[in-house]
Amino acid sequence: MEHQANTEGQQHPIGIYFKIWGLLFVLSTCSYLVDYLEFQGAIRWTLILVFMFLKAGLIVAVFMHMIWERIALLTAILMPPLCILVLITLMASEASYTNLNRLMFFQ
Amino acid sequence: MSSHTTSPAQGPLRGLAKDWSSDKDAFKNVSWGKTMMWIFLLSDTFIFSCFLVGYMSVRMTSTVEWPIPSEVFALTIGGHHIPLVLIAIMTFILITSSGTMAMAVNYGYRRQRKKAAILMLVTAFFGVCFVGMQAFEWTKLIVEEGVRPWGNPMGAAQFGAAFFMITGFHGFHVSIGVIYLLIVALKVLRGDYEQRGYEIVEITGLYWHFVDLVWVFIFAFFYLW
Repeated sequence: MEHQANTEGQQHPIGIYFKIWGLLFVLSTCSYLVDYLEFQGAIRWTLILVFMFLKAGLIVAVFMHMIWERIALLTAILMPPLCILVLITLMASEASYTNLNRLMFFQ
Repeated sequence: MSSHTTSPAQGPLRGLAKDWSSDKDAFKNVSWGKTMMWIFLLSDTFIFSCFLVGYMSVRMTSTVEWPIPSEVFALTIGGHHIPLVLIAIMTFILITSSGTMAMAVNYGYRRQRKKAAILMLVTAFFGVCFVGMQAFEWTKLIVEEGVRPWGNPMGAAQFGAAFFMITGFHGFHVSIGVIYLLIVALKVLRGDYEQRGYEIVEITGLYWHFVDLVWVFIFAFFYLW
């Protein structure tokens, strides 16, 4: 069986999945509490983003096995989405400009 | 085999350069199926990002108050008015399903195919629950609150369009995922992969975890903003 090495890949102790599972529950509860306890302003956004990235990171790293993959695959999959940050920046600045125009000329 | 693995002395960057400069086969030890699933998920990432960025743009440009998701999605259970409760339950259901999926992948590689198949069926069941709750949420919004893609009584007209498009596309992914899970689970149960090995369970798992991953972003940007 020359493919044996391949088919046995990504075997990890089951305990790590339970730990991450529990952590995801805690983080989800935290992000729900951000809304429930009515945090507002900068603290709200900071908490939402922190919990979001922690959850996303745990899912990709452990559940999707990214930390155990080769760096060639990791970079190929995780680097391109960084372009989206550029799109977000451009669209956000454009959106505030449009909003300003609407407020000045159409209100 | 030994030429494929990176020795610690070479360092991760040297290994990366070696993989990419090795002609034809950049992803060593990663099967074709898994690579293709990752590339599909990467393209899907861009689709969902475009939807979310579009939503951000219309929400930021709107001069009319955006309906407050916390109140729009509140439910009254047993006389208590709980904000966003249905969405919170849906989040927990999806995370639970991700956990059972991870277990299924693990049991697949341990070649315990019955356990793997059962866990996949449990995952599919949670997926159905999720879609069911989403159908309930849509019905409530359309029938009781009068939300339409072109307007709603609560505020900015773009709310409906953004909501139906983003959650609809996500719900569609969950539904497809349920079908995908059922097919693979039944094949696993039948023993179709005894020869080839159970990497297919991991590939199916990648898709399912991705659906959960997208929900993390939708939850943060659509429901918590």
